[in-house]
Amino acid sequence: MTAAPQTWRAWLLHPAPASRRQAQLGGWFRAWLAFRRNSLAMTGLVIVALLVLIAIFAPVLADRNLAVQQVLEDRLQAASALHWFGTDELGRDILTRMIFGARITLVIVFLVSAIVVPIGLAIGLPAGYFGGWVDAVLMRITDIFLAFPRLVLALAFAAALGPGIENAVIAIALTAWPPYARLARAETMTRRNAEFIQAAKLLGASEFRILATQILPLCLPSVIIRLTLDMAGIILTAAGLGFLGLGAQPPAAEWGAMVSSGRQVLLDQWWVATLPGLAIFVTSLGFNLLGDGLRDVSDSRS
Amino acid sequence: MTVARRIAAPLRKIGSLLVSVGLTFLGLTCVTFVIGRVIPIDPVLAIVGDKASNETYERVRLQLGLDQPLLEQYWHYLVKVVHGEFGTSVMTAHPVLDDLLSVFPATLELATLSLVIGVVGGIPLGVYAAVNRGRWQDQLIRFMSLLGYSMPVFWLGLIGLLLFYAKLGWVAGPGRVDVGFDDMVPAVTGLMTIDSLLAGEDEVFWNVLSHLVLPSSILGYLSLAYVARMTRSFMLSQLKQEYILATLAKGLSPFRVVWIHALGNVWVQLVTVIALTFGSLLEGAVLTETVFAWPGLGLYLKNSLFAADLNAVLGGTVLVGVVYIVLNMLSDVVYTLVDPRARGQGT
Repeated sequence: MTAAPQTWRAWLLHPAPASRRQAQLGGWFRAWLAFRRNSLAMTGLVIVALLVLIAIFAPVLADRNLAVQQVLEDRLQAASALHWFGTDELGRDILTRMIFGARITLVIVFLVSAIVVPIGLAIGLPAGYFGGWVDAVLMRITDIFLAFPRLVLALAFAAALGPGIENAVIAIALTAWPPYARLARAETMTRRNAEFIQAAKLLGASEFRILATQILPLCLPSVIIRLTLDMAGIILTAAGLGFLGLGAQPPAAEWGAMVSSGRQVLLDQWWVATLPGLAIFVTSLGFNLLGDGLRDVSDSRS
Repeated sequence: MTVARRIAAPLRKIGSLLVSVGLTFLGLTCVTFVIGRVIPIDPVLAIVGDKASNETYERVRLQLGLDQPLLEQYWHYLVKVVHGEFGTSVMTAHPVLDDLLSVFPATLELATLSLVIGVVGGIPLGVYAAVNRGRWQDQLIRFMSLLGYSMPVFWLGLIGLLLFYAKLGWVAGPGRVDVGFDDMVPAVTGLMTIDSLLAGEDEVFWNVLSHLVLPSSILGYLSLAYVARMTRSFMLSQLKQEYILATLAKGLSPFRVVWIHALGNVWVQLVTVIALTFGSLLEGAVLTETVFAWPGLGLYLKNSLFAADLNAVLGGTVLVGVVYIVLNMLSDVVYTLVDPRARGQGT
């Protein structure tokens, strides 16, 4: 296997791929090569990858008990060998809480994506494919939701449903799907008259089958890029709701809520509020850099 | 083209715009109606409490009109909203509309100054980045605006307070004005900078400005990031076009071509960006005003939220939503008026 990388590379970059799979993998490999040259985008990828690893291995990296255990005699300590980032107003280790907070952030991001993308596709694909009044009605609904102020609507929802992660996710998702519907519609419209669609129709494929198996896969790349760019916004909104006390409830180690609880001691123990905020900032920067790089790669290909 | 047709085309455009604005407004009130009347398990219990007798319960239920069909209830709600009746705030015991109108100027003042900073800084930076596409200036501006995109505004606000207020003492702290200056100037416009100047109170003016400078710089930076990024991408598509080469070939200076000819053509698109920025500033006020104890719409919304004051929250939501819709509509109208191509029938 020592010579494998060279031959793999040659196989992937072969100008005349022998199979569909080779062509597909080769295309991805070229995109990766282009992406790798962009150092900012690579930084973003590293940040996001680190975040995912930290979230997965949180129990290995830190002692879960330290995140919830209240040792009041240790409260508001500055950084030390025992508590690298110091302790908060209840004597809990801030670093440990930040590590476990990565899990909450990723769960929110994942749940919002899992709601937003299907809704966007379910509205955008038929709108673009059928056109006419279907398009008019669906896009009018989309425009209405697009005109809603996201944070304020999330506040109103939280006011009615009560604070909590689930409600924060619902509120963010309800205001975040319209761009995906528009995107899916635009992508579908450029393809609905393509020859392979007509071929599928001639073969007797149902409308649903054409949408699900022919058009949907072609929309996914741009939807994923858009999603990566949106992640930062979702993280910031979720953290904002947490900061206002409407997201994850104590004692959950949510970064926005941690910033909020550190406000009272900001002037004397600055680390309590600022360090979790730094985590929010670095994470959303990572997603922004990654999404920006992905978009550049896809732009240069098309 | 006859005069009648020339007028008819924009009129039709504005007509369809009004229809879409109306529909959006219906959608907005529909959502707030659902939040206010349908989601809470029992709105009557929320008012009378669980110790009330059956008669009281039934009386309040009839008073609220909850025995009527939902559609009818929505219609009554809509009529009230159009008349500006959002009910009474539990927290302040004033009509919600009065409350909203009294806190709105504070938010407006902050948002306007931030927008000015964002536009005055963002457009030149965006143009400069587009002209130097791919070079280090472009990379630097791009990175700066990505930083702005990624910044949690409440965190940046706290750091700003820590650094410039607590440590360095360069600016005044939270609030709109020092406690000692409270009520020193009569509220004419509600904008304290203007009111203090009208009253001739220089000292108050400088104090107000010193309170305003930190939050508006922070919000201004975030708007600047967005405006610069959009300006850059609009400018790039202009600079690619042939008329740029033609004007350069005719001997106009590159400076003039970029800043007068190319920028002149992206103004229309920028209007939309500016309107959207203003909308997001009003919305983001919830977070900034919490950090800076700024007595505006955002803080009012947040406080009424925690007082479980649903009337006030929903009233505020409708107000922000309406401002949003109006901003969108204005930018569409400006678009139609300024850009002949958007009028449908170009000559």
